[in-house]
Amino acid sequence: MINVSKLKKGIIIDHIEAGHGFEIYKELHLNDIDDVVVLLKNIPSKKMKQKDLIKIETDLQIDMTVLGLIDPNVTINFVKNGELYKKISLTLPTVVNGIMTCKNPRCITQYEDVKDIKFFLVNEEKKQYRCEYCDAYTTFIDEE
Amino acid sequence: MLKGRHLIEPGDFQLNEIESIMQLADNIIADPEGYSLVCKGKLLASLFYEPSTRTRFSFEAAMLRLGGEIIGFDDPNNSSVSKGESLGDTIRTIECYSDIAVIRHPREGTARLVSKFANEMPIINAGDGGHEHPTQTLTDLLTIRKFKGGCNNHVVGVCGDLLFGRTIHSLVKTLNRYQGIRFVFISPTELKMPAHILNQLDPQTYKETTSLDEVIGELDILYMSRVQRERFVSEEEYLRLKNYYILDKRKMKGAKADMIVMHPLPRVNEIATEVDEDPRAVYFAQAKYGMYVRMALIAKLLGVEDRK
Repeated sequence: MINVSKLKKGIIIDHIEAGHGFEIYKELHLNDIDDVVVLLKNIPSKKMKQKDLIKIETDLQIDMTVLGLIDPNVTINFVKNGELYKKISLTLPTVVNGIMTCKNPRCITQYEDVKDIKFFLVNEEKKQYRCEYCDAYTTFIDEE
Repeated sequence: MLKGRHLIEPGDFQLNEIESIMQLADNIIADPEGYSLVCKGKLLASLFYEPSTRTRFSFEAAMLRLGGEIIGFDDPNNSSVSKGESLGDTIRTIECYSDIAVIRHPREGTARLVSKFANEMPIINAGDGGHEHPTQTLTDLLTIRKFKGGCNNHVVGVCGDLLFGRTIHSLVKTLNRYQGIRFVFISPTELKMPAHILNQLDPQTYKETTSLDEVIGELDILYMSRVQRERFVSEEEYLRLKNYYILDKRKMKGAKADMIVMHPLPRVNEIATEVDEDPRAVYFAQAKYGMYVRMALIAKLLGVEDRK
């Protein structure tokens, strides 16, 4: 087992479904920040058998909306002075702004440079969202 | 208050707002001369990014009959679009010249997008791909109102291509907001009403069937639509289904004496021409009401109806 030292400040994203860690790393643009970031994958877990985990030693505020879209079962732990001071579980956001793109090939957003497209949650079970322009249903991650 | 608003889909307006448009359309029909100058000095931009005769003529006739004038194009190859201009820039520029704009575009969601670039100029969606066509819905509502006395408490049969028909989806969603509406969806299995529309309806308020003959006697309104050749892989299958729903004199014998037959036009062969003489066939009147309801809509969005 690889040991990573205890976080003094920042965010721990835990209970990431094994294999989703790198997706979250990319979508949170963690490559672009100068702080220490650790991505651990395939960690043995009693509850999940295997899980991924990300530690970010930072003071930055990070928009976590995208986490709910990729893996709504993750938990986020906020650490200050080496102590856990806040823990939140995620749910699917009801409105997503500027993160998703419409997959309808006939949607105008495929042809024009449209910023900050809004999507509205329509089916929690299927993680489906409705495009504000064409009303087509879409998901953030392709169905497997 | 509708002045300055956009119409992108029928749900943008409350029922009382739709009612106010219908009342104005009634007034215009009763006294067209009285409204012939209310848009004097106003300019409508007619932006047709794909071919249309019926809808474009209807809008342009509506504006001219209100005393307004028109600029625009019906072939984007002759506009700045062909130079690669974005929709946003086109609309911002057109707003410098025009008071109101009508847009038809092959891509879904275009009207909603351009409405975000217009600061004061109302945008009317004249069809965005297979998505919405709200002024056809207003046309349908005015027709129902004129022939049936109102939009509540009807059994509405909708027949033909229920899967892809944008006018039908808009109409069903809008009629569902009225009281006492029951739907009978008549289509081949391959062209049934999609789940995302059915999910919005109370299951007690609709039934589905493949047989027009079996249900025609129950209907107050029969809304026919075209079965579109391009939807079928097999030509044989298309021909079978196309001919399955031909409304003719024989079928009309089974209908109520006061049922009305509507169709957004153009038709191919789904209504036999022999039905045209039947007083219950109202589809050409429907086209005329389309112009009146567009007159009322333009006047409302410009806030000029009191100039009469």
